[in-house]
Amino acid sequence: MTDLAPGVFLISSTLKVTAVFTVLMIAVAYTTFAERRVSAWIQDRMGPNRVGPFGLLQPIADGIKNILKDETLPGTASKAFFVLGPMLSVMPALVLFAVIPFAAPLPTPWGTIPMIVADVPIGILYILALSSLGVYGLVLGGWASNNKYAFLGGLRASAQMVSYEVALGLSLVAVLMLAGNVTLTEVVFQQQRLQFWFLFPLSLAFILFVISAFAVTNRLPFDMPEAKSELVTSYHTEYSAMKFSMFFIAEYAHLITQSALMATLFLGGWDIPFWRGDDAFYRNGAWIRGFDAGGVPIAADLAWWKTLLTLGMFALKTGFFVLVFIWVRWTLPRFRYDQVIQLGWKIMLPTALAYVMAIGGAILVLDTVGVPFGPLYGLLLTAVSLVATGIFVFWLDRDRIIGGASHPARRRLPKRMPAGLGPQAKAGEVEPGAAERGEAEGEEKRLLAGSSAGRLTP
Amino acid sequence: MAVTVKVMPRPEPGRSSYLRAALKGMGLTFRHLVNPRKVTLQYPEEQPDLSPRWRGTHRMEVHADGRPKCVACGLCPTVCPANCIRLVGGEDDQGNRYPIVYEIDEFRCIFCGMCQEVCPVEAIHVGVHLENAEFSRDRFVYDLDRLMEQEHSTTLLWDPSDRKSE
Repeated sequence: MTDLAPGVFLISSTLKVTAVFTVLMIAVAYTTFAERRVSAWIQDRMGPNRVGPFGLLQPIADGIKNILKDETLPGTASKAFFVLGPMLSVMPALVLFAVIPFAAPLPTPWGTIPMIVADVPIGILYILALSSLGVYGLVLGGWASNNKYAFLGGLRASAQMVSYEVALGLSLVAVLMLAGNVTLTEVVFQQQRLQFWFLFPLSLAFILFVISAFAVTNRLPFDMPEAKSELVTSYHTEYSAMKFSMFFIAEYAHLITQSALMATLFLGGWDIPFWRGDDAFYRNGAWIRGFDAGGVPIAADLAWWKTLLTLGMFALKTGFFVLVFIWVRWTLPRFRYDQVIQLGWKIMLPTALAYVMAIGGAILVLDTVGVPFGPLYGLLLTAVSLVATGIFVFWLDRDRIIGGASHPARRRLPKRMPAGLGPQAKAGEVEPGAAERGEAEGEEKRLLAGSSAGRLTP
Repeated sequence: MAVTVKVMPRPEPGRSSYLRAALKGMGLTFRHLVNPRKVTLQYPEEQPDLSPRWRGTHRMEVHADGRPKCVACGLCPTVCPANCIRLVGGEDDQGNRYPIVYEIDEFRCIFCGMCQEVCPVEAIHVGVHLENAEFSRDRFVYDLDRLMEQEHSTTLLWDPSDRKSE
């Protein structure tokens, strides 16, 4: 993308890949540690604090333990797929990080180096493609284990992924419309130009994205695929030692990547709030930080300390989301399976569709009226989004998520029930609600019940 | 105490909430997260407070001259429900009975404390003691010398007139 010399590009890219991979793996290790400490604190315990100062060497001890442990291979498992499962689940989670810009570009004597591993022009599409690939590892691992719990877990993982990828993708559409591009560097730049993090003008998309992110990372309250109390540990029941560890690494890498994504898409990425000096974007062969009133680009003011500061900002935002993930996990109980699917298809999908229409309309109106892309534009969109979010939250918070099969509101049974299955099918008995709905309907129901009874009994 | 059942009514249609309830829960967990008071006992450094009526491994009381107080009456092996006490009594020149063999298998013992209750001379006691790990199984059969060497405090017997041991 940039005008670096091929040699510089090669060397800087190699360095960036190594650094990002290393940092990500260390971050994964310490996220497991943070999970254990935070969960302990929430439960008024202390958590691991023996290995090293404050227990900080605990992840290393865990790693050594997992490497030294005996690896078992179930006799009835399909060996190739069994081995492939963990690999396939860990890879997409790590590769996903390649397109996330993590700091302001770094000026060096050999040219300005963008702080992103691969500034591909299809950023968000790449994310959508790869983040759903991760579930193949779980499904393969679960299926190849030849274990009923693992199999159920794999099935649940795929069903959940299919349900929530849709809402995830649709909530991204709103971001794409506002940013006007699918490159993540441009998404960050547009947030800097707007002087508004997309969190505000696209608040409902943010909420939908967060809910979907919980679902696609299989975190509580959406940990249906893992469901320790129902399915042992489901897809990794049969795995031990490092293969189990791979699933674990994949889960946490996914968690970090999704947090980084949320930070990038909705919290301005590496942007430092209320300060325009760090803005930078590569456009037509030059680093710019915005446009003046006449639409002429202003050159970006780059410095190594700005790179460091923005890197810290990015880590802070990502870390915040990681903490929220952990915090939610140790607060909310797991959804029932039907609640998960219902939330995905009957609530998230229509809401996301309606929101895309609403925000698209609002953007169209703003562009047609000629509001310049800046704070006012953001403020108006924020108003529209807040109304939408308010309606959604009010509606969602009344009977929409919990409740379910035995809830009085849903106790109305389907009209055509085979004889002996529904309470209204008992001969001569009218259910309590039938009186209000009129005798005629009750009569019809009895007739229906009678006729189906006739059909069923030979 | 009488057992009571509290019937929780299902929420009326339109009244059940998830988001508000979830946020309330998040607030609760956050308060616990930042609360510095933790219940964890940092065990090897901090020792638990054992009740004075805690029944742990046994000890044998000794006279000032180092002889065991036991008179080998045979009541404790008789009363022991787990049959873990082995006692062979003997008699010295003055006609005093004393134990030649006194062994307690701490693996079989169920720590009911009946040996202490039945002892007429307050010789055998269960003790307020927790850390009794060993490296081999046979170390768990405590002989007379071992029982006499124990230094932990002995268990307070339950007094019916002072139900809470105050």
